[in-house]
Amino acid sequence: MKTNRAERSPRANRAVRTPGGLSVRLDVRALVVVLLLLAAALAASVVLIGTGDFPISAGDVLKTLMGGGNAGQEFIVNELRLPRVLVGLLVGASLGLGGALFQAVSRNPLGSPDILGLGQGATAGALTVIVVFSGSAGDITVGALVGGLGAGLAIYLLAWKQGVHGYRLVLVGIGVSAILTAVNGYLLTKSTITEAAQAVVWMTGSLSGRDWEQVWPLLWLCAVLVPLVLCNARALRMMEMGDDVSNALGVRVERTRALLMVAAVLLTASATAAAGPVGFVALTAPQLARRLTRSPGPNLLPSLCMGAALLVMADLLSQKVFGADQMPVGVVTGVLGGVYLLWLLVTERKAGRI
Amino acid sequence: MLVDSPPEQRAETAPAPPTRRAIRALGLLASVVILVLVALASIAIGAKELSLGQVWHGLFEDSGTYGDVVVTERLWRTLLGLLAGAALGLAGAVLQALTRNPLADPGLLGINAGASAAVVTAMTYFGVTSLSGYVWFAFFGAAAVGALVWFLGGSRGATPVRLALAGTAISAALYGYLQAVMITDQAALGKMRFWTVGSLTSASESTILQVLPFLAGGTILALALARPLNAMEMGDDTARALGAHLNRTRALSMLAAVVLCGAATAACGPIVFVGLMVPHVVRSFTGPDLRWILPYAAILSPVLLLGADVIGRVVARPSELQVGIVTAIIGGPVFIFLVRRRRTAQL
Repeated sequence: MKTNRAERSPRANRAVRTPGGLSVRLDVRALVVVLLLLAAALAASVVLIGTGDFPISAGDVLKTLMGGGNAGQEFIVNELRLPRVLVGLLVGASLGLGGALFQAVSRNPLGSPDILGLGQGATAGALTVIVVFSGSAGDITVGALVGGLGAGLAIYLLAWKQGVHGYRLVLVGIGVSAILTAVNGYLLTKSTITEAAQAVVWMTGSLSGRDWEQVWPLLWLCAVLVPLVLCNARALRMMEMGDDVSNALGVRVERTRALLMVAAVLLTASATAAAGPVGFVALTAPQLARRLTRSPGPNLLPSLCMGAALLVMADLLSQKVFGADQMPVGVVTGVLGGVYLLWLLVTERKAGRI
Repeated sequence: MLVDSPPEQRAETAPAPPTRRAIRALGLLASVVILVLVALASIAIGAKELSLGQVWHGLFEDSGTYGDVVVTERLWRTLLGLLAGAALGLAGAVLQALTRNPLADPGLLGINAGASAAVVTAMTYFGVTSLSGYVWFAFFGAAAVGALVWFLGGSRGATPVRLALAGTAISAALYGYLQAVMITDQAALGKMRFWTVGSLTSASESTILQVLPFLAGGTILALALARPLNAMEMGDDTARALGAHLNRTRALSMLAAVVLCGAATAACGPIVFVGLMVPHVVRSFTGPDLRWILPYAAILSPVLLLGADVIGRVVARPSELQVGIVTAIIGGPVFIFLVRRRRTAQL
């Protein structure tokens, strides 16, 4: 295999060519962004593992992860804090990728699962379990998963009319999410105050108390879905040019869209089931990733890394500012997401883009 | 741009033929009759059923019997439903005309989030406990956020997309704050979970008197804006050529919408879909002329709100389902139906 360096273009792309005539375009900037984000997410994870009522230095955390710590550190790191951080990384990654997929499929920067009603669907499922059945944490996860998947299916079917049009998808999602919000409000008024307090923490999205039971299903799901989605990235990129053009270019539009929607719903619903509807990661991660890579495409891999980095950093911020396990991570992501959107609005206006 | 009707229907230069105007006026009269009937039903139906005779007795020959007391209690509730419904309908119609977006909704402009955040602040940090005490806070919160959205949305150069984005962004930040307070303060959670669904249970003489001046002023302002908004519907350039003051009309419309929604939300909590649905339904039979849409919306919105309130009282008897929940459960499917009916090209 020989690497052929192309002329240095403004986008700084490199094409990797094989003697057999196959070639792959490499976006250098996107690669660098992905690597930097991964490094940031892992660094934040190490600091996060060391943070809590029993602080451990970063060096000791690394040593313990390699298997060289004392028994107390081993227990705290491997049994308590590592699974929690892994859930954070996986949930962030799933939400980032799911958000990028939704935004690309609906061709709308607001087309995130927060606004489409998946979060409300999962909340309705979880609240039903909490309020009606007084279920355990495991039951709540199952309820949330069922609710999220059900809402996703309902939105897709209701938006179907000889194909799913992006804008109709967003609007149907807004309608479904309003109905579900009313249902959730009703369930909250019917609950006891203890159940309501439990429900509100869940609805905000929180990582506290997550253990290996949540890690493994998420990990398996990501291991299957992420490669599947990335294989379809080319088709998704072409679909951004419009249905007619991509049809002409040989993309099976409806099939690809259905496949990617299912993947996005599965990713989002399982992430929500594990940590609750953590707000605005799915909305902001793809937008931030796009600004860093300066690439107009779906930016799937950068969004995934950005989601993971964002969630872990938000959790770190919440632990540092409010103290260990005082404030769920969803509060931080919600406030940061809102402020970020406002900043976006002001700067885009100066640039005259909106 | 989401323009609702085809251009040929929007030519408003010639007045409608006399027969059509007569039909519309008759329709308006019929709507008033329906409204009166629904209002009477709202007084008669509930945990204790009253006959129309008892309602009459309570309204006009009040002698302090049990039935009369029930009538007086339900009368305030019905009045609040009438006022708030009219306000939400008018505000929705004005916002839809202003943003030229048939899907515009007060919630979109962050008004609900602003009112909710202000109410939770009042509960937690100012120790306000009575429903009538929240009203000022809720109104102030709604107005402040409305103004903020207007300026962040670009004030004079405001476009529908920018307004919607600004509203979403501010809502997100405020809901984050709201959740943080509810998690740390269980007493606030206990009250907020009832406030945020939206209901007419706060109705009393004092609540109504608090919001009445704002509702009256907003209603007059909104009705007066019918003509300039009609001109704006034709597009900025045509409207300017016709002599409309674009910026003044936009600012006044925003003011009317914020005052109306803010006062209604302050008294009832956030009620969704009334402001979105009714102007839509009305437009399908009045056409695009706001001089008809606004009065129709003002009369038919309370029909929906009071109707939903009565349904909420009947289905969950002897307790009740909050009106905000009923409107969303009725309104959601209607909204989805409307979205599906529109041709893809328009969306």
